[in-house]
Amino acid sequence: MTAAGAPDPLVIAGRTFTSRLILGTGKYPSPEIMQAAHQAGGTEMVTVAVRRVDITRRSASLLDFIDTSAIMLLPNTAGCYTAEDAIRTAHLGREAGLSHWVKLEVIGDEATLFPDTAALVEATQVLVKDGFVVLPYTNDDPIVCRKLEDAGAVAVMPAGAPIGSGLGIQNVTNLRIIREQARVPVIVDAGVGTASDAALAMELGADAVLLNTAVAGARDPIAMAAAMKHAVIAGRLAHLAGRIPKRLYASASSPIDGMVGR
Amino acid sequence: MTIQLNGDPFDLDGPISVAALLASLQIDPRRVAVELNLVVLKRATFETTIVQAGDSMEIVNFVGGGAPEAGR
Repeated sequence: MTAAGAPDPLVIAGRTFTSRLILGTGKYPSPEIMQAAHQAGGTEMVTVAVRRVDITRRSASLLDFIDTSAIMLLPNTAGCYTAEDAIRTAHLGREAGLSHWVKLEVIGDEATLFPDTAALVEATQVLVKDGFVVLPYTNDDPIVCRKLEDAGAVAVMPAGAPIGSGLGIQNVTNLRIIREQARVPVIVDAGVGTASDAALAMELGADAVLLNTAVAGARDPIAMAAAMKHAVIAGRLAHLAGRIPKRLYASASSPIDGMVGR
Repeated sequence: MTIQLNGDPFDLDGPISVAALLASLQIDPRRVAVELNLVVLKRATFETTIVQAGDSMEIVNFVGGGAPEAGR
């Protein structure tokens, strides 16, 4: 919703979202805190990972703590280092969740978790042909984003900084260029550390922000989720409102005329 | 007979349907995906698909994850 009350939905692949904050489900102190954080953040989409079931012991299902009537599950291919692995994981995620949506990750390096962009483009092409709705996690490279879009990605998800680093938006210029060039939603994914980082991403024109660690790892994840909700709304409104130009010198806000003693 | 289940050897009395195997493991079939010999099974085929000796099977579900997945 804009300040004037006009609806301002996020539309990805024809699906409408009111919230522009996408949260993760990893690293929370407890599933109960995760659930409360999701609610505080007002999120309508959360990422989940696809992993082997532990057949040696019964454990509570993550899905017991996600209200899937209000929150869409977005399976990811985290931990995959080849296009082949990512494609296989995407297919498993589709069967587990009965949804064609996938957050595609093909990781290129363990220390940085930066994407292997060549493999990412290849996997996107394959999965789009297989009928998937593909949202690829990529780096902040406008050329790679264009290639992903050409391959059929329904959104591009450039990193603001390395995954889990909390460094904030490192390359403001690239994000602006990506936003200017992309014809699909741009979702800043990874690197957000605190609310101002999310607000900055939105002010730059991002259509949404995806984050996990900044909330799950905060001292109070529920409060941080609420902060992120407001930051994303504030950043979006500021983007739509249009910021004033930056100038070197002051420009008085109060009139000079009528001052006492002049 | 023995199969490979989630990467480890697993003993079974004999051929068994995927649905029966999941039930014996107390796994809700609506919350998992099953891959048999590298082919992802449709849930509707769990009853009719029979696990044979030497098969390789993966049972996966959703776990917590997000931007911060540390990988392997």
